[in-house]
Amino acid sequence: MVEYVVSFLILFGAVITFIGSLGLARLQDFYTRLHGPTKATTLGVGSLLLASALYFSSRGTGWSLHEVLITLFLFITAPVSAHLLAKAALHLRLPALSQPPRGWPPAAMEMEPRDDKMY
Amino acid sequence: MRALLPHPLLTPILAAVWLLLNNSFSLGHILLGLLLGWFIPWFTLRFWPQRVCIRRPLILLRFIVVLLSDIVLANLAVARRILGRPAQLRPAFVIVPLSLETDLAISLLANTICLTPGTVSACLSPDRRTLLVHALHAPDTDTLVATIKARYEAPLKEVFESC
Amino acid sequence: MLEWVLPVAFALVAAALGLSFWRLIRGPSLPDRILALDTLYVNAIAALVLLGIQLDSALYFEAALLIALMGFVGTVAFCKYLLRGDIIE
Repeated sequence: MVEYVVSFLILFGAVITFIGSLGLARLQDFYTRLHGPTKATTLGVGSLLLASALYFSSRGTGWSLHEVLITLFLFITAPVSAHLLAKAALHLRLPALSQPPRGWPPAAMEMEPRDDKMY
Repeated sequence: MRALLPHPLLTPILAAVWLLLNNSFSLGHILLGLLLGWFIPWFTLRFWPQRVCIRRPLILLRFIVVLLSDIVLANLAVARRILGRPAQLRPAFVIVPLSLETDLAISLLANTICLTPGTVSACLSPDRRTLLVHALHAPDTDTLVATIKARYEAPLKEVFESC
Repeated sequence: MLEWVLPVAFALVAAALGLSFWRLIRGPSLPDRILALDTLYVNAIAALVLLGIQLDSALYFEAALLIALMGFVGTVAFCKYLLRGDIIE
C-alpha cells in the first residue's frame, strides 16, 4: 500500500518538476517564465521529499522526518527569490508582454530606508 | 521574563528544527534543542527587537490549510497554462493597495502571494501602501485584487495586527 | 511498482535539468540566467532525493540540504548585485 502512495508521489513530483522547467524554456517573456519554476518546482520537489519521508519511514528503522526540513526551507525561500528576481527585472526594465503601470518601479526604491539604530 | 525569554515562539520552533535536523527524538537531543532554542533568540535579540504576537490561532490554522490547498490547486492550474498555447495567456501587472501596517504581516502577505495562484509579488512601494503583483493569467484584474484582499490579507490582518 | 516509476522519474527530472540548462545558455537577459540557475538547483535537489530512494541511503539528505541553502544564498546575492550593483555594502 505504502509503495503505491510513494510511487504516485514520485511520479507526480517528477511530472510537476518537469512542467515547471518546461515553462521556463517555453514561455515568452521573463515575467511569465518566473511563474513556472518558482511554484511548480516547489510543489514538485515537495511531493518528492514527502515520498522520500514515507519511503524511509516505512522501512522499520523508525521515523524519518528530516525531509520535512528541506520542504519547509524551500517553501520559505522560493517566494523570496521569486520576489527578488521580479524586483531585479523591474529594475532592469526588461521587455514584458504587459507593461508595468506608470510610475513603477518607484525611483525612490533604489535607496531603501535603513534602520541604523539596529546596528 | 521578557529579558530571559525574548521570543517565546521561536524556542519550540528552533527545538523542532534541531530534532528534525538530527532525525532523532531522544531525550538528550530534546534537551539540547531546547537549550539552543533558548540561547539563539537571546543571543540574536538585537537583530529582531520587535516581539511577534499571534492572536486567534484558529484563524491562523485555517489560513494555513487554505494556503496549502490553494498551493496544490494553483500549481495544477499553472501547469495547465504552461502546457496550453502561450498565445492565450493574458499576463498583467496589478496594483494591490495594502491595509496591513506591520513589516511582518506585509512580508507574509508578499510571500503568500508568491506561493499561490500564478501571481508573484514584484515590488513594494517605498511608503508601504501598495504592492505591485504580476499575474500569469488575469483577464479580470479587479477580481484578482478582491480575492487577494479577502482570502489572504484579511486573516493576516486579524492574526498579526490585532494587538 | 517502484522499479518502473523511478527510471521514469529520473528521465523527467533529467529532461527538466536539460530544459533549465538550455535557458541558462540561451538567456537572453541576466535575470533569465539567474532564474535558470535557481531552477537548476531545485532540480538538482529533486535528482538527489530520487537517487537517495534508488540507492536506499539517507546519506544524500545532507547534500540536498546544503544545495538548498547555498542555492538560495546564491540567488539572493545575484539579485542583490543586479539591484544595487554591490553585494556587501
